[in-house]
Amino acid sequence: MSDTPKGFPLPSSLKVVPGTEAAQAAYPYYTQFVPEDDAKFWFYNSMHFPEPMHHFDMITAEAAYVAMGAFNTRVHVLPTAKGVDHRIINGRVYIGGIAVTDPDEIAERVGEFQQRAFYYYENWDRLYGQWKVKMKVLIADAQALPTPSLPKYEPLETTHTGKGVAANHDLLKIYQQQVEGYHRMWHHHFEFLLLGYGAYMTLFDFCKKAFPEITDQAISRMVAGMDSEIFRPDEEVKRLARRAVELGVDGHFTDNADIAAVLAGLDAVGAAGKDWLAELETSRNPWFEVSSGDGFYHYHRSWNDDLSMPFAALPGYIEKIKAGTNITRPTAQLIEEREQLVVDYRELLDTDEDRATFDQLIELAHRVFPYVEGHKFYCEHWYTTLFFNKIREFGRLLLGYGFFGPDGVEEDVFHLTQYELESAIVDLMLAWGIGGDPRGPTYWPPIVAQRKAAIAEWGKHPTAPALGNVPDAIDDPAINMLWGITRENLDRWLDDGSENDKELKGFAACSGVVEGTARIVKSVQEIGRLQQGDILVCQVTNPTWSPIFQKIAAAVSDIGGSMSHMAIVAREYGLPAVVGTGKATTMIKDGQRIRVDGGRGIVTILEDA
Amino acid sequence: MASRKKKTGVVSWFADVGIADRPTVGGKGGSLGELTQAGIAVPPGFVVTTSAFEQFLGALEARESVRDKVEALDPDDLDAATRLSQHLRARVMGEAMPPEVETAIMQAMRELCADGQPVAVRSSATTEDAEDASFAGLQDTFLWVLTPQDMALKVRECWGSMYSVESMIYRRKQHFPELGVAMAVVVQRMVDAACAGVMFTRSPTTGDKSVIVIEGAWGLGSAVVSGEVTPDRWVVGKITGDITVRDVSDKHAKQVPAVGGGIIEVELEGDDRTTACLTDDQLMGLRDVGRKVERHYGKPQDIEWALDKQGNILLLQSRPETVWSVKDAAAKPVAEKVANPLAHVMNIFGGRK
Repeated sequence: MSDTPKGFPLPSSLKVVPGTEAAQAAYPYYTQFVPEDDAKFWFYNSMHFPEPMHHFDMITAEAAYVAMGAFNTRVHVLPTAKGVDHRIINGRVYIGGIAVTDPDEIAERVGEFQQRAFYYYENWDRLYGQWKVKMKVLIADAQALPTPSLPKYEPLETTHTGKGVAANHDLLKIYQQQVEGYHRMWHHHFEFLLLGYGAYMTLFDFCKKAFPEITDQAISRMVAGMDSEIFRPDEEVKRLARRAVELGVDGHFTDNADIAAVLAGLDAVGAAGKDWLAELETSRNPWFEVSSGDGFYHYHRSWNDDLSMPFAALPGYIEKIKAGTNITRPTAQLIEEREQLVVDYRELLDTDEDRATFDQLIELAHRVFPYVEGHKFYCEHWYTTLFFNKIREFGRLLLGYGFFGPDGVEEDVFHLTQYELESAIVDLMLAWGIGGDPRGPTYWPPIVAQRKAAIAEWGKHPTAPALGNVPDAIDDPAINMLWGITRENLDRWLDDGSENDKELKGFAACSGVVEGTARIVKSVQEIGRLQQGDILVCQVTNPTWSPIFQKIAAAVSDIGGSMSHMAIVAREYGLPAVVGTGKATTMIKDGQRIRVDGGRGIVTILEDA
Repeated sequence: MASRKKKTGVVSWFADVGIADRPTVGGKGGSLGELTQAGIAVPPGFVVTTSAFEQFLGALEARESVRDKVEALDPDDLDAATRLSQHLRARVMGEAMPPEVETAIMQAMRELCADGQPVAVRSSATTEDAEDASFAGLQDTFLWVLTPQDMALKVRECWGSMYSVESMIYRRKQHFPELGVAMAVVVQRMVDAACAGVMFTRSPTTGDKSVIVIEGAWGLGSAVVSGEVTPDRWVVGKITGDITVRDVSDKHAKQVPAVGGGIIEVELEGDDRTTACLTDDQLMGLRDVGRKVERHYGKPQDIEWALDKQGNILLLQSRPETVWSVKDAAAKPVAEKVANPLAHVMNIFGGRK
């Protein structure tokens, strides 16, 4: 069917990059495009998965969509949308919503939804309190899982206690428990997510109707200054900066320093240095369990695993403290400003009815906000980094048994799918049990090499932002809220060719006009390249990058809607930002002078580097 | 005959009048008085009250009837209206001003402009309808009027505009009794503006009350009001101060005072054309003034402003915004009333069309 003049390529027209067919085929069968998929609309989930997926990392997509689907479709029963379907090609994850269009079914689902969702809203604080307990238990369970290992002989204890289970069985148990925990975490994640965003969006929707020209920033400031765990890691870095100054060890922190050398230097400098290191330990547990990325890839390491982010931020904070600048998150000021804004906007409403609605929606947004921002710390950050580290332990174990060849590394484990990894574990269990040799060492190295090459190759091929014919309306609240995909956006993507190559449009995330040097940052390891006053240009920004917000003049991202975490945090910090430009990291070159107009959502390339 | 209170003088200073004095000082005069009293920076001035007009008309009527002739006019007979207009306007220009009126207003201008500063002379109508810009002929404005003699002449021209064809036909169609129709004239010290323009304390395009739209161009505001120059345009958050729209236009010309009085248009070249005429600080200053005026009146305003060469913000006029306030009266609440406030989330979750 080619009756639509404007549309994206059909899934069937997408070709697997030559030479990567085997790597493509290794993804689960239910994630492969089939001819029937041409009838549906798909978009590239570059917000969560901006880079080609390692085979193991697909578990994040799978577990998240399993859980999100269940909550949307069957737990909260969203009236017009069920879950999202996903496919993968050339390492890129495409997703498509499953809409409910039959009016009778919608009506039935409305009844179900109201019984369920409203119960959550009405009992939010209690249920959210319970949620945090559940998450802490889940995290503690994961932390308690032993490191997988195989002794030469079972300890005598196995005999004396009549344990009746040998060590190879524990490998399977640990692995399956860890995978089960990861899935469970994603269920918890979606227990509140859509409801939280939905309540927040309801306030946005009301404000936009009442005040058609209000900025997103003004609305979000009415909900600013709320307490949320996600702000805490940055506060801890500030605290450490303050302690460094108080202890007189601030001279140890410089830009682009070798972190191991700094730590060793502090240890050698005497009591003050040791005191600071003790403070660092306090902050690390648990606040540095935050991911430097958004936690969706195994290589998004926690601050505890890679101290680059906090150490990139420390010199700037130290400098500000010494200059007498107050760097504490201005909570009291944000609250005062928030309350004044609410009063002032309320006064502009015309009717008592609207004022009553406004009061209710503000209250509801305040109720849900701590979850909207706070859940990330427990789910995408803490649990996810724990999870990938456990998989790394399996990588180390398999590496030790030669599964990745003589030149292998433990990270090679991420080239196996979660199901292949289980089979490799069983291979090892079997070999250890029978006293023979595992087959893995000859089987896996060529496959890992092939997949490594495929990921590298796929990274060179840009992929279509969407596939299939654009639907007339996108009535899926999840897709609107989480991905910022609207009919207007898609039309903009389609119009791409005619656009000016010096100007990019995105969501106006936080107002302010700034000119400066563009610094393209593709991973947290490159964070150190940012100089004071630079403009950060990245694929996706992340709330845990906030420590470097003090350093930069503005932020631009490829991906993200006005409700993305980046946008929320930028508004909180008053940092001019344009998100969801689609192609900032490809159009803008490192070192170019650019202008960011955060109020209008426009980025202009001023001159070449 | 005239039921006018005896004590109303020929001249009323801005500082002494308010909006309640509309019947004697007109809407514009009352508003400028009101702003002055509210402590908002308005170039000082006075109003030539309707009492002055009545005295002048009395002299005219003594010679030959005026009001009766207008009242007898058939609004559909354009020829008759044109003939009557020519006749009456010639009489207004030919009749000597009553000496006590002339002396009073010229003395007032000498007081106002002891330094020889020029004035602007504007008609100030007394009826609500006359605020409507479409009521042509009652919106006469004379800028950069240099001398008291010239000012008196312009006052007389404002009076004469009462008898323009459009104005008379409008009154007849509305069946306004001529006896109640009178005109005041505002005489105001004039600023040689560095830049000037208009400000709406709600969006003219969406009616949004949370933004202020400011338009401005170099020189006198007349260039913006008349549409001769495309002004720079900003949208500013009324509450937040965020500047969300900045449209700096190519301002090809500006209007400036002419040496012999009146105004002339000067072509602009180079950077002047494309440089924004207001800084962010000045925009914030205008926003503060706009909010203050709006609060004073309790409703959104349509404001004319100027920035003098020292950068002081001065208000030249403020009147209630009319287009959206009419729509407001018929508007429904943004959100329908619901038994359970949580039902509002259905706007996001769907199933409620």
